[in-house]
Amino acid sequence: MTGVTRVVVTGLGAVTPLGHTAATYWANLKQGVSGLGPITLTVTPEELSQKVAAEVKDFDPLKHFEERELSTLDRVSQLAVVAAREAIAHAAITFDMPLSLRTATIIGTGVGGQTTLDESFRRVYRENRARVFPLTIPKLMANAPASQISMFCGLRGPAFAVASACASATHAIGIAFQMVRSGQVDCAVTGGTEACITFGTLRGWEAMRVMAPDACRPFSIDRKGLILGEGAAMLVLEPLERARARGAQIFGEIVGFGMSADAADLTAPDLGGMTRAMEGALSDGKLNAQDIQYVNAHGTGTAVNDATETQALHQVFGAYALKLAVSSTKSMVGHALGAAGALEMVAMLLTVRESVVPPTIGYLGPDPACDLDYVPNEARAMSIDAAISNSFAFGGLNAVLAVKKFS
Amino acid sequence: MSDVAAGVIEIITKKKRVEKSPVELSDRLEALGMESLDAVEMIFDLEEKFDIEIPYNANTNSPRTEFETVGDVVSAIEKLVAKKKS
Repeated sequence: MTGVTRVVVTGLGAVTPLGHTAATYWANLKQGVSGLGPITLTVTPEELSQKVAAEVKDFDPLKHFEERELSTLDRVSQLAVVAAREAIAHAAITFDMPLSLRTATIIGTGVGGQTTLDESFRRVYRENRARVFPLTIPKLMANAPASQISMFCGLRGPAFAVASACASATHAIGIAFQMVRSGQVDCAVTGGTEACITFGTLRGWEAMRVMAPDACRPFSIDRKGLILGEGAAMLVLEPLERARARGAQIFGEIVGFGMSADAADLTAPDLGGMTRAMEGALSDGKLNAQDIQYVNAHGTGTAVNDATETQALHQVFGAYALKLAVSSTKSMVGHALGAAGALEMVAMLLTVRESVVPPTIGYLGPDPACDLDYVPNEARAMSIDAAISNSFAFGGLNAVLAVKKFS
Repeated sequence: MSDVAAGVIEIITKKKRVEKSPVELSDRLEALGMESLDAVEMIFDLEEKFDIEIPYNANTNSPRTEFETVGDVVSAIEKLVAKKKS
């Protein structure tokens, strides 16, 4: 087939509540390990009603950056740069000229530099201090992670942030995929990052009344909501020909990307929007519903998301929906908002490559409104040719990626 | 009418989505067209107005099942206000 550029993934990086590399993250996902724990990253956590989150534990920025570099880097950018470096090292690629000019940096984040914002406002409003740190603005801006990756890694092509709340990373990877497929760039570093475990952000989530007090139990009876998470995950995308020419290791092929807007409620999920995004990804990837064996679900653990996502899967896949393996890795790493889609993309690529489906942990039993196979509590060995990953954001913005096993 | 009842009615009057004037204690929340986000906003307004904490999780609580009428909301708030004073 001439004229169609196939897009493959040649590098993975991840900094997550289940480990600081893609390999440790994946090893823990397969074991069904929970990354949830007590909140430690905020000031005065004792004032919060919420006690549990999925933090990236024991992340020491001085292991990765010079002290003077850190004055320019919010945690959201630190996590992003560390994950991007890992993905680039993993891809064994060097961004010399002219490749540097032809490499895109497309990075999703939902809320940007929240730690910097929170600290600055605390100084001004709670401590009545007269000034904030000089680099407050360029640390907290939503494009900071994309800018920092471009600077630290020497990437001089198109670079920008993508923001669509919980779908940011999936939108970012999808746009990067399209840029590589269209020939606009020769390579892309793409993914998502979030560092939202701050006092102010948690207060905001408390006010929405959608967080579970203890555990995230997607699709389960007695699920009580989502658990906030954080982290970053990055991918290196290349045209298949380029990857082959340089003898790169190939972790999977991205074949389809679908997007939609609900144009309905600000927070309530919408069956039509979810359905159209999934159908868009399948048709873009020239896939029939029965070509898919695995769905990495949006699966937040809220009552309405999980029921509506289940209905949407029934609608898109018909009777075949009952044969799908559907799991939510948010049960183990919480909801990392703008990074979630990238964490899930890494999980999905490794699921397909290694023929092991990570489980939905914390599953207590079936809910009549959620009647699919959610791979409860234990990983499952199964061969997978193709899979999709769903992201459905507040604001009604949906994005779905489809991948195929590379052989 | 008690202060709590007047306050609850004032808040629900702002959040309702159907024409109904005045809002009365016997009105059913469902009939007033209260949706899930309206309930979360109503609870915030009630907490702020009466300086109380209302335990509420949108995943497991439903205003339509726990509080059928405006009067049910008033009695729940009165209990929380009394508990706060004691």
